Amino acid sequence: MIQEALFFSAVLFIIGVIGVLTRRNAIIIFMCVELMLNAVNLSFVALSRLYGIAGQVFVIFVMTVAAAEAAVGLAIIISIFRHHENVDLRNINLMRG
Amino acid sequence: MLLQQVAATTGHPLSGTVADWMWLLPLLPLLGFVLNGLLAVVSVYRRGPADPAAESGHGHGAGHEAVHADPAHAGAHGTHHHVPPRHKFAGLASIIGPAVLFAAFGLAVSIFGAMSGASHLEQPYVQRYFTWMPVGDFRIEAAFQLDQLSMIMVLVITGVGALIHLFSVGYMRDDPGYPRFFAYLNLFVFFMLVLVLGASYPVMFVGWEGVGLCSYLLIGFWFSDKANADAGKKAFIVNRIGDFGFLVAMFLLYANIAALDFVGVSQRAGELAPAIVTAICLFFFLGCAGKSAQIPLYVWLPDAMAGPTPVSALIHAATMVTAGVYLIARSAVLFALSPVASLTVAVVGALTALLAATIGLKQWDIKRVLAYSTVSQLGYMFVGVGVGAYAAGIFHLVTHAFFKALLFLGSGSVIFALHRAYHATHSRADAQDMRNMGGLRRYLPWTFALMWIATLAISGIPPLSGFFSKDEILAGVFARAGHSTLAEATWLGIPGGPLLYAIYGIGLFTALLTAIYMTRMMLYTFHGPNRTGETERSHLAEAPWVMTLPLVVLGILSAIGGWLNIPEIMGFLGPPQWLHHWLDPVVGAPTLAVTGGEAVHLAHRTEYFLIGGAVAIAVVGILFAVVRLKPARLVTKDQAVPERGFARVLANKWYVDEAYDRTIVRPVVGVSRRLLWTVTDKWLIDGLLVNGSARVTSFFGRLGSYLQTGSVSTYAWAIVLGVLVVLGAFTLR
Amino acid sequence: MGLFYTFHFYLFGVIAIISAVAFVTRRSPVAAALWLVNTMFCLAALYVMMDAQFIGAIQVLVYAGAIMVVFLFVVMLLNLGHASDVTDIVGGKTKLAAGLVGLLLLAEVFVLWKDDGAPAPVPAQQELEPGVIDQVAAPLFREYLLAFEITSVLLLAAIVGAVVLAKRRVT
Repeated sequence: MIQEALFFSAVLFIIGVIGVLTRRNAIIIFMCVELMLNAVNLSFVALSRLYGIAGQVFVIFVMTVAAAEAAVGLAIIISIFRHHENVDLRNINLMRG
Repeated sequence: MLLQQVAATTGHPLSGTVADWMWLLPLLPLLGFVLNGLLAVVSVYRRGPADPAAESGHGHGAGHEAVHADPAHAGAHGTHHHVPPRHKFAGLASIIGPAVLFAAFGLAVSIFGAMSGASHLEQPYVQRYFTWMPVGDFRIEAAFQLDQLSMIMVLVITGVGALIHLFSVGYMRDDPGYPRFFAYLNLFVFFMLVLVLGASYPVMFVGWEGVGLCSYLLIGFWFSDKANADAGKKAFIVNRIGDFGFLVAMFLLYANIAALDFVGVSQRAGELAPAIVTAICLFFFLGCAGKSAQIPLYVWLPDAMAGPTPVSALIHAATMVTAGVYLIARSAVLFALSPVASLTVAVVGALTALLAATIGLKQWDIKRVLAYSTVSQLGYMFVGVGVGAYAAGIFHLVTHAFFKALLFLGSGSVIFALHRAYHATHSRADAQDMRNMGGLRRYLPWTFALMWIATLAISGIPPLSGFFSKDEILAGVFARAGHSTLAEATWLGIPGGPLLYAIYGIGLFTALLTAIYMTRMMLYTFHGPNRTGETERSHLAEAPWVMTLPLVVLGILSAIGGWLNIPEIMGFLGPPQWLHHWLDPVVGAPTLAVTGGEAVHLAHRTEYFLIGGAVAIAVVGILFAVVRLKPARLVTKDQAVPERGFARVLANKWYVDEAYDRTIVRPVVGVSRRLLWTVTDKWLIDGLLVNGSARVTSFFGRLGSYLQTGSVSTYAWAIVLGVLVVLGAFTLR
Repeated sequence: MGLFYTFHFYLFGVIAIISAVAFVTRRSPVAAALWLVNTMFCLAALYVMMDAQFIGAIQVLVYAGAIMVVFLFVVMLLNLGHASDVTDIVGGKTKLAAGLVGLLLLAEVFVLWKDDGAPAPVPAQQELEPGVIDQVAAPLFREYLLAFEITSVLLLAAIVGAVVLAKRRVT
């Protein structure tokens, strides 16, 4: 089943990528990133059957980081919303060179 | 070689005597420098920024420069009389400054006593302190050397220096930079003593550069006036040319005989090839020409009169400018080996003497007359040491130190009186211009009498000191013109004998000019009606005793200084040729080498004839000046009309400064401005390299910054495409 | 590995993919979030089927339960729940390009996968006992203790950062 799991993982990841590329809503993009993380988690779990338990440990770390990221990222989105009254990425270009 | 010297020194007759303390001689003025320097620095820090009396030209003692600076505050204070406060450490500085000099002079006298009492002083007494520069097998020692020549120099420097320090206490009385002045003056004496006591050329060079530095600092002492600062820079830069010569000469010595200490050089001088000796001597003479203001580097000395008058007396008349004469006497061994170089020295000296004397005829600034007189007399000294009459050159150096210091201090006294008078009435008139003087004998009787002594001495009237020393030089030239290695040599194709007779003639003619311009200066300053001004006249008075006393002492020395070296034929006056015998261990052998192994002897009739001629010329000069010049017809400076014809050429100093300006200064400035500054610095370095590289960097930076759109989707696309490319690269592997 | 197992494995995988596709195509953020939750549930099922019961459990608890709730909370807090069809999704050409890029990536991954061939067989001792939490906990608190502690610091920093960023300035 590892092959299949990895296949699902790859497809989910690509869907996440396409989501990031096609959406403009910051929150949706955020969720796409979460989807990509989940796809990677699936690979970790699948491969942990081959290479030992460390894969599952890493999944826990990824989840922790994802939680932290979600907290900070959503806070940032809230501040952006307070400033722009929307979360459209096209409005966010303060770093333009 | 080193071991030999050490052995020679330990058994030296002077070891164990007071001469062991010779290291203290320069250290005393250095101590004075440190203390006075501390006073100056402390006073600057404690005065604070709010005090407007910064060390500018305001309110200071006497001097030409002060007069220029005064009107500003004269106007501000209206008509009420303004007495600037003395420096708060003035009392302390006026004790420390002269005291270290008098102490050093006392030590010098006792060392001199020890030397007089000792016998077998053929070898110099060398004291080594530490190794200064060990370079492979070669080492330069920090060592002092005491011999008869340096003893004479030390006595002159500390003696005349102490008197001038005393004079400065009065002259600089109200200057805001009072401790600074004494700090510089003490530092100068320190370096001068290092110069004459150094046992090797490098140590001497330290003193040589040090006195140049102090000269610069003191010429520009009133640096808030740009002219003074410029004069200091001119002196410094012109001296650099000479110092280059000194350095090259040292390099040549090292490269050829690997010896730079005087003992080693005199031992090995014979190993040098004739051409090398000539080169070394000529480079040394270039150094002398810079330091001692000879053609072509004399132009800085008249400008150096921008410094306070005691500085002119000490540095630019009595001591520092004679360092070149000392250097040649010290290197007599080398110069005796090179008739060509010796003749060069004599010719340049004679021409300088003549040129400066002609310029001196038409100067109006009293200090400038004396400055050109100094250049002229230095020329005499170089004639003396150039023809191999080393003792005569040193003799004239000593007597000149006496009477020229006296003349400068006397002129300082006059300027002091005039400045006080003009200061009292807030006049802007020039306190140094002789056209503003006249008839001062009634107001400054002591200065008047003493300066006449000096004038007669410099003119060569017997039995004053200048008569003996000048006669000694001229007799030396005349004698060597007949028979010497110089007379047999040729100089630029001219046979040496006739050349020496020509130099003798120039010397005599210069003596005539000397008598004329000095008498002129005295007539315009002290005789005739007074032109200072109606209101100012009542303020004219003799300076305080602290300034007059040094004048009196120098007056006595100028009068009797000739007894140091009385000619053989005047043996009835006292023991003859004392200085000659005293210096014999140092310069005797080179003198004999020049004269071909036997002492020069003129027939007594010839000698009487020469002396009579010289005296007659001096008298004629003085009488000519007295008869021809009419002080009564002179007008003040602001009413004066410019000279015409040849007098104008002389008044403008033969346009030498202008010629230098056209041929050297302006081309150098032009090249610097156009090529070095505009092209190299502004375009190439600033434009191309500095700003250019910045522009290239910022161009690429701007290019890179266009990649930063600030839009997240662009970055996301970039990342994804990057992944695509990287993975694609892996698939193609 | 019976047919039953295989069937369900594929079933959950396909549902996860379909939910994911639905997630990226929904215009309403709330709908998208709910589809994502669905994907995560399917993934949790897959974890359990691959003997990672603990991971499956915290997948439901942390991801589907906590993180996604926060997302929904923010969506509703900012009143973004309605679909903004004009602005949210990029134009057709960009969509096409994105899809192309996605397919290319997928193709590349598969090419590389084929190149590497099948993974090495599992060593016998690494065959996992099903449903044992301590198998995950033991390395987490031994070999990866430092990383674990650092994660806690990271979380603390995230909490502080979130508060600082999101709180209103009280004047």
